This record gives sequence, C-alpha cells and structure tokens, in this order.
Amino acid sequence: MFGIARKLTEMGIMGINRRNAEFTLLHNPRRLYPLVDDKLRTKEIAIREGIPVPELYVVVQREHQVRDLAAWLAPYGEFVVKPAHGKGGDGILVIDGRANGRYRLASGRLITQEELNHHVFSILSGLYSLGGQPDQALMEYRVHPDPVFEALSFQGVPDIRIIVFRGVPAMAMLRLPTRASDGKANLHQGALGAGVDLATGITLGAVWRQELIGEHPDTGEKISGVQVPHWETLLTMAARGYELSGLGYLGVDLVLDRDRGPLLLELNARPGLAIQMANGSGLLRRLQLIEELHPTLNGLAERVAFARSRFGNIY
Amino acid sequence: MSKAHLYLLALLLTAVGLSLFLYKTLVLHFPLAPRAEVDIWNVEAKITFQALNEPVKVSLFIPRSTRHHAIMNDAFISRGYGLSTAADDLNRQAVWTIRKARGQQSLYYRAEARSVEIKEPRAPGKPPKITKPVFAGPEEMAAASLVADIRSRSADTDSMVAELIRLLNQPRPDDNITLLLAKQTGESGRMDLAAQILALAGVPARVVHGIRLQEPTEKATLVHWLEVYGQKEWRPYNPVSGTAGIPENYMTWWRGPGPLVRLTGGEKLQLTLSVSRDQEAGIKSAVVRGQIKKPLLVKFSLFSLPIHSQQVYRVLLMVPVGAFLMVVLRNVVGLSAFGTFMPVLIALAFRETQLLAGVILFSLIVGLGLLIRFYLERLKLLVVPRLAAVLIVVVLLMACFSVLGHKVGLERGLSVALFPMVIMTMTIERMSIVWEERGPGEAMKQGIGSIAAAALIYVVIHNREVQHLFFVFPELLLVLLAGTILLGRYSGYRLFELFRFRGLVKGRA
Repeated sequence: MFGIARKLTEMGIMGINRRNAEFTLLHNPRRLYPLVDDKLRTKEIAIREGIPVPELYVVVQREHQVRDLAAWLAPYGEFVVKPAHGKGGDGILVIDGRANGRYRLASGRLITQEELNHHVFSILSGLYSLGGQPDQALMEYRVHPDPVFEALSFQGVPDIRIIVFRGVPAMAMLRLPTRASDGKANLHQGALGAGVDLATGITLGAVWRQELIGEHPDTGEKISGVQVPHWETLLTMAARGYELSGLGYLGVDLVLDRDRGPLLLELNARPGLAIQMANGSGLLRRLQLIEELHPTLNGLAERVAFARSRFGNIY
Repeated sequence: MSKAHLYLLALLLTAVGLSLFLYKTLVLHFPLAPRAEVDIWNVEAKITFQALNEPVKVSLFIPRSTRHHAIMNDAFISRGYGLSTAADDLNRQAVWTIRKARGQQSLYYRAEARSVEIKEPRAPGKPPKITKPVFAGPEEMAAASLVADIRSRSADTDSMVAELIRLLNQPRPDDNITLLLAKQTGESGRMDLAAQILALAGVPARVVHGIRLQEPTEKATLVHWLEVYGQKEWRPYNPVSGTAGIPENYMTWWRGPGPLVRLTGGEKLQLTLSVSRDQEAGIKSAVVRGQIKKPLLVKFSLFSLPIHSQQVYRVLLMVPVGAFLMVVLRNVVGLSAFGTFMPVLIALAFRETQLLAGVILFSLIVGLGLLIRFYLERLKLLVVPRLAAVLIVVVLLMACFSVLGHKVGLERGLSVALFPMVIMTMTIERMSIVWEERGPGEAMKQGIGSIAAAALIYVVIHNREVQHLFFVFPELLLVLLAGTILLGRYSGYRLFELFRFRGLVKGRA
C-alpha cells in the first residue's frame, strides 16, 4: 500500500486532495466559477474574444418557451441539446437528422417532439445542472468530427482536453467515445482517454475504465502514433482560456470540426485526474515547473512554446 | 492563508480541548468510562398546562422509598408557586398552588432513585380493612358470578389472583367481564377492577402504578400492577401473567386509585415522565473525593440541563463525531456515498432500529422506492412533483412496514417511522440519476458506500464509551475540530486513488 503511494509520489501523480487543496482552491477564485459553469456565458465571452465556438441556434430559458421549440428548431436538420450548467456531459442529446416527423439521435433511436420537449423540461428544472439549480437549455451546431479520428471513435465526437495552469498548457488528452460511452466523450461514462504528446500532438497510450490499453475497444485500431491536426492552434486556444476565464487551473475542452477547424467547447474549473493515466505521467512536476517559471514567460506565444519544449514525452 | 496559521489554530484548539479534558480527569477525577453498573437513575416528571388566569392548584403523587428503591434528593422546579408535600400511609403528594397564573406553565419534579434490596422481613402490620366496592344492578350480578368463578377454580390467594388476571387479560373476555370493563379503560382500569373484585371476595388488594427503570427514555410509560395482602404482607402480582412477584426494575410511583396528577384552574394538562442514567452521581462522588467545592465547570456543564435536554445532547454531540468520520472516509479513504452527511443521518436513524434491522429496512425502502422511481420516470414528470411523489411513496412504504412489522410482532417495525424520509427520498432520486447516467454499477457502489459508512458511523456513535466521553467532556469536540481543520488541508492520496492509479505503477515496473 505504502509502496504504491511512494511510487506514485515519485512519478508526481496528483491526487484529488492535492488538486483541490493546492490548485483549484488556491488558483480558482470562487467568483469565477459561474462563468465556466454556464456554457452560455462561456460561449458569449469566447465569441467576444474571437475564439471560434460551435454556433448557438436556440436558447430555452423558460418553461413556456418550450411550446415554440418545434418552430424554432425547424430550420435546423441537426443539432445538439445541452444544459447550460451540465456537468460531465450529462443531459446532452445529439440529434443528427429527422425521419417521419421525429428526431433521430446519433445512436439511431427516434424520439418524438414530445420526448424532446420533456428532455428540455428536465434540463430547465435542473435535473442535470450542478446543484440542481433551474437551468437553461442550449441548442447548438452539431460538430462533425475531423475524419482523422474516424477509426478511433465509435459514434460521437472526440474532443481534446488540455490542462492549462497559469496560462501554460501542462498536459493534453484525446477523449474518444466508445460503444460503452454511448457516443459521449466523458471518461467516467466509458469514453477512452488517449494521452497526447504536448510537443508534437501525437497520441500516446490510452486509459479506458482505469486500465491502460493499446487499441480502441470497439474499432480495434491502434491508438498511439496518430497526429492530431492543428496542434499549435489547439494549444494556443487552450492557453487563451486562461485570460478568457481568469482561472489559474483549468481544463479546456476543444473539438476539431471537419469544416470549421478547432472549436472551443467548454472550460472546466475542476478537471479530472485520469489525464495522468492516459499520459502515463504525473501532473505535479509540470505544474511545479510552471509555478516556478511562469513569471519569465511573456505572452501567449512564449507560453505555448514553453509547454511544447518542456512537456514533450519521449516518443 | 498560510499553513503555519492553520497549524497554529489546530494546535491552539487541541491545547484548549486537551487541557480542559486533562483538568477534568486528573484534578476533578471525572470518570473516563461509563460506570458498568447503573444503580442510580434520575427520574423526572414534567407537568405543562395552560393557566386560566385564576387560582391554580396542581397535585402530583411523588414516589416514596420502597423496599426496592430509595428515593433521594427530591427537587421541585416551579417559578412563583407555593409548594407543600404531604404523606399518608400509601403515598406522598406534592401540591403546587398559586393565586393567579396565565399562559403556558411548566412544573418539574426530579429525584434520584437508587436500587436497594432490603432483605429483612418487614414488621407485620395490621391487616387492612376492606372497603367493599359498590356495584349496581347487572354489574353486581356480574361481579358476584366472577367472584364465584375464580373462587371455584382456585386453591389459594395466589391461584385466585392468577385466575382473575388471566380472565381479565383474555383477548375476548366473557360477557360478565365485558360488562364490568365497560367503564374502565386500559391496563390501569383492568387492575382497578381486579382490586375491586378481590375486595368483593374478601381479599385486600390495591393497584400500584410505577415506571420501569431499564433504558433511559424521554417518555416513560406507566405500568400498573396489583398488590394483594396475604400472609401478613402486601405481595405484588405481575399484571400480565398474574403470578406473584414483579420485575425488580419496576419502580413504584403511587398506590391506589386516582390519577397521578390533578389540576384546577388550568387546561390542556400534560405530563411526561423521563428516566435517565445518572452519570453525574459518579462525578459528584469524584468531586467529593477531590475535596473541592463544586467548581464552575460542573455548574455550567451539560449536567445542569434538565434530563430531557441532556438526552437530546447525548445524541447531538454524536453528530460531529459522525461528521468527522465522514471527512476521514471521504478525503482519506475516498469512499463515495450519496450526499455529504447523509450517512450520518442514516446512522442516527439506525439508533432507533438497531443495525441489522436498520440496514435491511433502509435497503428495502430504497430498493422499492427505486422501482417506483423508475416507473415514475416513464410518466415523464417534472422534478418537484416527481420528488414529492417519491416522498409520498416512501412514507406509505414506511407505514406498510410498520403495520406488517407490528402484525408479525416486531417492535422494530414501529421505530422505522423515525427514519429520515426526506433523506431517503433524496437518496432514491440521486441513486436513480446515478443509475441512469453512470450505470447500475456506480449506483450500487455509491449505495453500498453509503450504507457501509452509515454502519461504521453507527457502530462508533452507538458505543457507550464514546457517548460518555463526549457528553462528559464536550471540550473534546475542539480536538475533533482541530483534526477536521487539519484534514481540510490534507493533500496526500486517498486510499482508493492508490487502487485507481495502480496501473501506472505496474506500467512502469
């Protein structure tokens, strides 16, 4: 038992207690949380700063507006329904088309307008929101994943999670949906996390359900050695998340759209720790190095360059 | 906030808590462990009523020393009332009077009952006179035939009393008894009738009322039994079996007919009797041993509160202990459970049901509630109505369990009602959401985590030593607070994380 603890300490693996006590509590002022917990506000600020995001179609804020939902959605063949204050991908519905007057989910299941309305009601009543607060429902552009990831994901949209500390990218992970995760890219829902070399943007090993694996469980494809396109842009967008949110310790979620390129999906003030398993490497050393050297870094470009030069894995 | 500040604060809290604790144990000789044998009980009668702005007179029978219990240190608490006590052959009585009173009134009587055993035979008294009861018309006939009945079926006083009590206690009494019992209610009424019938048969008998000194309780119920004069002494008879002798923990409060308390000049009279173990007795003798005057610390301790409040604090002081255990379980062990302190509340509820029954009842209600919740899910209800619906079902389920339990003869079934039903409803709701979003595995994991945490907390807070320690030394809470604050900055691994990340270590090796 203590042997494991000592080895983990040697590797610089960070536990939840340390993340909370020394990073989120110290570097993330509570007053900034509403900004990142509300996807609508995150989106607004990102647009103001010129960071590309999935286009917002419809916002439902009140129960009575649900009556008009069918009409509002009429122009859009496909879209994603999200709670503004959702956590961990809960409550997200991906509509990828229509058939016989019904909506078709990404999984192929058809749902009626009534079922969609009920889902929106559930979102509004706070079923999926942090702390059960009344919430808003967003309907936005459905991302078409870059074909690079086609062989590596089972339905759904893979996304890229980058941990940014004091504006410097510290670690990255590609989150790949699996059959078990029902197209969702959240690890606790059964998605697969592949570490990404910060220097090159090439995937490393992967973690799935607490286990280290080499191939995608559904497609059988080898996970390591895949180049994530637009790597420099992705890192830069992630690093900008610091100025955008003011949060010192931050998880930035990005997607690569086939047509629109990198898009900012959301910011996370309490990013999880499985990313360390995906990378086979601890966060703590990197965070301590950033803590020590960040005053010497001027500007966005230097911060990204620093990350690429110091945090590359030996491939 | 620097770490030095934190350590200093924790150190200060620990120092204050521990020094008070050490002072009380080493200098004042407060007992560290509860005394194994409890032979002193605090009994308290609380009378409340609404005074009607006119002269008020309250008379209350108070216990007197018997061959089994010595009554000591009578205390009466009554603001502005005149008090007199009187004793006759049978009873002692306290009378409170006041010229004028208005509004809610509370009067207290408190005493210590010490178990004694007087072995030497009592000096034989004169046989008591029998006052023949007066029955009228059909009742007289019924009584006479009942007397003939028990006479013919018995050989001596013992068997006659046993037969009479058997007849009176029958679930379906015969016509004579039904007629006679029509005017009497409850156990006390049956015993009154028994005394009258025995008097009619020429056997002196009287009803004795008392309480059981067995478990500390805030609402002691009165028990009634019969004393019959024979072989030159009064002998008690068990009110249920009718055999001679009663359990030793029955304490006589008053004898003969008449209610325990009488009131004129008021309404809405209520009387509660409470019983507690006297922990203070040990402490008092400790103070005497230490040859010091009663220090302020004792005067202002929890022991100065009325028994009723003391009982509440015995439980309340266990809540911080449970909370501290939750901190350890969550932040050091990494256990996942529903709700931050829900397991603590569940553990408190287990106090009423005992552990095994509690765990079974809890699992049953949550399990059935989940089934209902899954059904409600299909109806697509909004959140608040759905929660309310689950709550209603939970209460119904608890009622069903109580009734079923009672029918099967399980006392435990009744106490399930004290389960925190809103907590259970929220548990069901959270569990079903986790079930849907994270899968049944995760839901079961958290459910089992909750029950395991609750069981562990129950074992700790139900421990008499722990209860005693925190009730006698509440300053230990400061030490607990210091520990909690320190754990608040604990940044090491959680036990479950070692398990979670162990793949990384293997990958390296």
